[in-house]
Amino acid sequence: MTSRTEPETEGRVYNVGGQDWDEVVAAADEAGDRPGDERLIVNMGPQHPSTHGVLRLVLTLDAETVTELRPVIGYLHTGIEKNMEFRTWTQGVTFCTRMDYLSPLFNETAFCLATEQLLGITDRIPERATVIRVLMMELNRISSHLMAIATFGLELGATTVLLNGLREREKVLDLFELITGLRMNHAYIRPGGVSQDLPSGAIERIREFVGLMPALLGDMRKLLDANPVYLARTKNIAYLDLAGCMTLGVTGPVLRSTGLPWDLRKSQPYCGYETYEFDVPVQDTCDAYGRYLVRMDEMDQSLRIIAQCADRLAGHRQADNRVMVADAKIGWPAQLALGPDGLGNSPDHIKHIMGQSMEALIHHFKLVTEGFRVPAGQVYAAIESPRGELGCHAVSDGGTRPYRIHFRDPSFTNLQALPAMCEGGMVADVIAAVASTDPVMGGVDR
Amino acid sequence: MTSEQPPDQAAAPADEAAVAGRERLSEQVARTGMFGTETTGDTSGYGGLMIRRPPALSSPRPYGSYFDDLADELGTSLEQAGLAFGDAIERVVADRGELTFHVRREHLTTVAGRLRDDPALAFELCTGVSGVHYPADSGRELHAVYHLVSLTRNRRLRLEVSVPDSDPHVPTMVRVYPTCDWHERETWDFFGLIFDGHPALTRIEMPDDWKGHPQRKDYPLGGIPVEYRGATVPPPDERRAYE
Amino acid sequence: MGLEEKLPSGILLTTVEKVAGYARKSSVWPATFGLACCAMELISTGGPRHDLARFGMERASNTPRQADLMIVAGRVSQKMAPVLRQIYDQMAEPKWVISMGVCASSGGMFNNYAIVQGVDHIVPVDIYLPGCPPRPEMLLDSILKLHDKIQNMKLGVHREHQIEELERARLRRLPLVAGLGGQPGGSGQEVAR
Repeated sequence: MTSRTEPETEGRVYNVGGQDWDEVVAAADEAGDRPGDERLIVNMGPQHPSTHGVLRLVLTLDAETVTELRPVIGYLHTGIEKNMEFRTWTQGVTFCTRMDYLSPLFNETAFCLATEQLLGITDRIPERATVIRVLMMELNRISSHLMAIATFGLELGATTVLLNGLREREKVLDLFELITGLRMNHAYIRPGGVSQDLPSGAIERIREFVGLMPALLGDMRKLLDANPVYLARTKNIAYLDLAGCMTLGVTGPVLRSTGLPWDLRKSQPYCGYETYEFDVPVQDTCDAYGRYLVRMDEMDQSLRIIAQCADRLAGHRQADNRVMVADAKIGWPAQLALGPDGLGNSPDHIKHIMGQSMEALIHHFKLVTEGFRVPAGQVYAAIESPRGELGCHAVSDGGTRPYRIHFRDPSFTNLQALPAMCEGGMVADVIAAVASTDPVMGGVDR
Repeated sequence: MTSEQPPDQAAAPADEAAVAGRERLSEQVARTGMFGTETTGDTSGYGGLMIRRPPALSSPRPYGSYFDDLADELGTSLEQAGLAFGDAIERVVADRGELTFHVRREHLTTVAGRLRDDPALAFELCTGVSGVHYPADSGRELHAVYHLVSLTRNRRLRLEVSVPDSDPHVPTMVRVYPTCDWHERETWDFFGLIFDGHPALTRIEMPDDWKGHPQRKDYPLGGIPVEYRGATVPPPDERRAYE
Repeated sequence: MGLEEKLPSGILLTTVEKVAGYARKSSVWPATFGLACCAMELISTGGPRHDLARFGMERASNTPRQADLMIVAGRVSQKMAPVLRQIYDQMAEPKWVISMGVCASSGGMFNNYAIVQGVDHIVPVDIYLPGCPPRPEMLLDSILKLHDKIQNMKLGVHREHQIEELERARLRRLPLVAGLGGQPGGSGQEVAR
């Protein structure tokens, strides 16, 4: 085979004389000059349908292969941590709940556990409040995983999965609305307990939900588990083994898909998780398909926990149904009925503080204007959110406001692992990799 | 309380209190006044309050739970590396069920390396760096806090490094725990802590050309006054605060 | 088109307005700018229960070139603002903007250095939708209001008259708080789109 560059034609001209294509390509390689060896830099910009939010990926491509991937974040940075320094500890819940917006109750719990540890009241939180916290967290885990799988399907082009996932998720959001009043960003879990008890009829609705879900999850599995297109797009894609996970600090379903059953609910239990019966799902394929299976199994386990929570809550007698810590200097009055117009002040509470109890009035005044004081010190409270270890590093200087709050968000750390998962693979696999990591940009950027 | 012995062991407790009181008064003033800001006329007299910063704690032995074993194992491991425990670690605080080693910055990577590699310690996972700014703590304003997890031994540990504002350099942990890469970038972005040896210490959350380090205490919150129904509400950092 | 600019004011122009308005409002393609929590409610609005497909709007145009409506759903940070403006500029006329949620409308609860206090600092907004986040039903309501607005949009000469009237009204408007907005007509920077 000969080659020459002629000025009239584009690039080199190779004369092919009946060899195999492999030989042609090998000879061209050897010729040293590969005109196809161009690196293309592509920007999957912050506004993109498949990047799970405002994530910018700068890809260096060599044909279809990704040679370099640089994630650029910060497009959703809200300054939540600094804003919390100017609000009381109770008001901080309303801020931190909007960080990782797919799992707001987890953010609230991490912050409240840190606050309670600083206050030293961890063992005085009423049991009913703890059980409700577990119930809400597991419901949130289900809704977060459903959204993860739904958007995973959407990004791979399987819109049926999106609609199925959203339909199931609406059931969870209905439960949230019934119990907390809001579908998202609830500010329900507060330092000291939860803001209100379950309304009547909630346990029946929860049990109904637990009865319905296995069949619906089974439908989703029928769509995906053995689907050849899905398998082709997720098996052996986005490989990250245990060593990689440990070096890059990755936790959550990504870590459990490598074969290590590390789950903070089992290893370092909080909120009474050691008293519930559930398993930690583990796969050992280290790929996107393994993570999908881990998430589906986790939803089944969450349903088990929710059923146990519902049983416990139904079994509580009237006497032990406090949902806020008994210390009136810390506990915001829970169990407040709504005013006659459906909003705002409860007339009974006003009558109590204005007419019946001076202490209650003083407590109310101090709690609303100042908030409670938290002794100086620092604490790191970690919980297992749907994406991994969510930690809250809280520093108090003895005042009514946090001195410094830092959230160790799992998505922030898991996104760091993205280049390790994608470089060397194809462009289309980047989408699958991002979706299998399930980052939520609100948590990444805070 | 600090582990300082009163000069005369047989003296009455009043002397200990006096010593503690003198100690307290010699600490720097962290905050003045009760209401945080000075925008509105404050006739309460609480404006004259001077709140001093708390003294640097150091917990005495025994620390409790697994902390003593951990400190001993680390001491042995550091000796093997030729470093004395007291040289590397200036203070140990065991508080609220958590252990903190305050590490001197020059020995940070050695300590972290031993914590990771020694099989008796086995702290495989670092969950990241957090920065804290204590402007009242002159000479030690910026703190970098690392949280470590040992999966095999199911333990947690905190390492804290303090550096002054005038020389905000901390050696990078990226060689020991690569996960600290983005965390260190974030801490640089928000606090101005410079991690020496980091491969690419650039802004990560703020725009690349942002000036200033937003989460420092001397950086304003940056809000605007809000007009609502005929009145103006000042931004959160300029309102009267009850602290 | 250009046709509507040439027509004189009268029954012909109003008929063209009605037809064009009906066509435009029935074929809105959103360029969803889903940023944060509001994006989750936006996706839920496209889901099976609150069905955006009833308007034909479930087909979100991921390229701004083919989009009509930009729903800014979520908080816009300082880093994201230029991107927002660039996407808006890439959209072809006629285009509308719904700022969904309080963070997009006014900065919301995040009154700080990192968040743009209202996307109307960057792009002109047609419908402000409060809520944190607004329920899907609220978003549907805002879309219906936008459809009304699109249906009743005036063209050609009528539009020019309307713009003049709006400008005059804004210049006459008094400020809410005396002393704010120095000009006698209040904040004179407001101009009709």
